Order: sequence, then structure tokens, then C-alpha cells
Amino acid sequence: MVIGLAHYLTLAAILFTIGVAGIILNHKNIIVILMSVELILLAVNINLVAFSTHAGDLTGQVFALLVLTVAAAESAIGLAILVAYYRNRGSIAVEDINALKG
Amino acid sequence: MQADAIFFWLFSGALIVSALIVILARNPVHSVLFLILAFVNAAGLFLLMGAEFLGMILIVVYVGAVAVLFLFVVMMLDVDFAEMKQGFVRYLPIGGLIALVVAAELVYAIGYEWMRSPAAAAAASPSGTLSNTAALGRVLYTQYFYFFQAAGMILLTAMVGAIVLTLRHKKGVRRQRVADQVARNPASAIELRKVPSRAGL
Repeated sequence: MVIGLAHYLTLAAILFTIGVAGIILNHKNIIVILMSVELILLAVNINLVAFSTHAGDLTGQVFALLVLTVAAAESAIGLAILVAYYRNRGSIAVEDINALKG
Repeated sequence: MQADAIFFWLFSGALIVSALIVILARNPVHSVLFLILAFVNAAGLFLLMGAEFLGMILIVVYVGAVAVLFLFVVMMLDVDFAEMKQGFVRYLPIGGLIALVVAAELVYAIGYEWMRSPAAAAAASPSGTLSNTAALGRVLYTQYFYFFQAAGMILLTAMVGAIVLTLRHKKGVRRQRVADQVARNPASAIELRKVPSRAGL
């Protein structure tokens, strides 16, 4: 059985869906939400790399590299905000974060 | 070709199972550990696709840095995670529904007949004599050099932001202040007192 582009795209779609479901199901636990965002970005990267190797074009891999960079920066900043919030409030309950009254 | 298929099913099966455990585990430490497993499997898939550099970067950046950062934060915060699991069952139907809709849309999109853009041919082809890493470096440092520098700026901003957010100055900690040390002179550092004999200070 030949593994083609569609296999990788289906895998990425399943992974993306798991990430979206994780955000909804763990809506109280911000750490798991951040991990679900990482899963979603991983699915996007799999898509980009699959298209890149399928089309013989390196642009997708360069883009995946940039997505990786932004994901690393995002999780670092997110966890730093989380730690600062925990120091101030003593909890990380997401539903209590309404200081901006948005 | 047969080994390709076997490894694809192995890696993708482990990837999906570990991703499910990430979102379903009760203990967030288990979530982080299975996130690491998911990234390792994704790196294997990248190797299978021929993107060796990205596979290795995934292991170095995610398993080595991001996942360990998650592990630090999970273990540092003293939070009752069991209490956060409440509402899981209540949101299961709506979460499953939204997931199903998203999955249906994505699978529907996969059935599309993909066409290759004529502009894509301008980039270097990885199927040449160069290795994947060398070819990636060749386009990254020429055609995409400004994007590369922008990525560096993003990482610098994230580093500065994380340090500013988490740094705190505790009261009562004596720090070395070089300016004060340099500014000392005999007049401020030495005190002369007249000590009467047999009296002490």
C-alpha cells in the first residue's frame, strides 16, 4: 500500500480535530489548552511538510520552520503569563480571569 | 515501500493515541509526557516524508525545550487539577459535535483534486543532489532571509517578554551593586574612632 498525500492530510485533520476538542473539553485547565494549541500547530506543520514534499517545493518546510518558531514563542509567553497570574491570584482558574471586563 | 507503510501506520497510530491521551488524561503531568511522545512520533513522520531537518528540529525544540517548559510549570504550580476536570462530561456533547463538524470539513477538503501552483517551481527542489538540510539552508538564507530574521526577532521578543513577566525582585535580598562598590573611597569606607583604654566600643 502506497502512502500518499491523502494519508498525511487525513492524519493532520484528525490531529487538528483532537486539538480543537481538547480546547473545548478542558476549558477550565489552561495548561491543557496550551498543549492542545501545540497539537493544532503540529497538525498544521504536518500538513505543510506533506504538501512540501509532495510538490517538491521547499517553501512549505520554510513556513513550517516559522510556525515552529512562533509556537515556541507563544508557549513561552503563555506559560510566563500563567506563572505571573498564579503568583498574583494563587490559582489558574480561567473563568475568573476577567480583570479587563472584556 | 512496504517498510514505509508499516512505519507510517506505526507513527500515525501512536501519534493519534498519544494526542488523545493528552486531552483526556486526568493528571497534567501525564498530558505533558504524552505530548512529548506525540512530538517524537511526529518527528518520525517528518523523517518518513524526507524532511529530516524539521524532524530533528522538532525533537530539539519541542521535546528539549517546550515540553520541558510545560513540565516545569505543571510541577511548579500547586493547583488542584482534579477540580478543573469538572464540566468535562457536560461539555462532551458540544465538544464532540464541533470536533465532528471540523473533521468532516477537513476530510471533505482532502477529497479535492490538488493542483500545483506554477509559482511553486521557483523554489529549490528537495529531490536534487542536495540533502534536505542543505537545500533548506540554501533557500532559508537567501530567498527567505528576511523571514528568518523576523523569526529571530520573534524569539528575542518572546525571551524578553518571558523574563520581564516572571522576574521579581524580592525584598531583603542583598545584591551586588557594582556602582556602589566602585564608588567607595577611604572616607566612606573607613571610620576612625577614639577608643578609650579599657572601655571597648
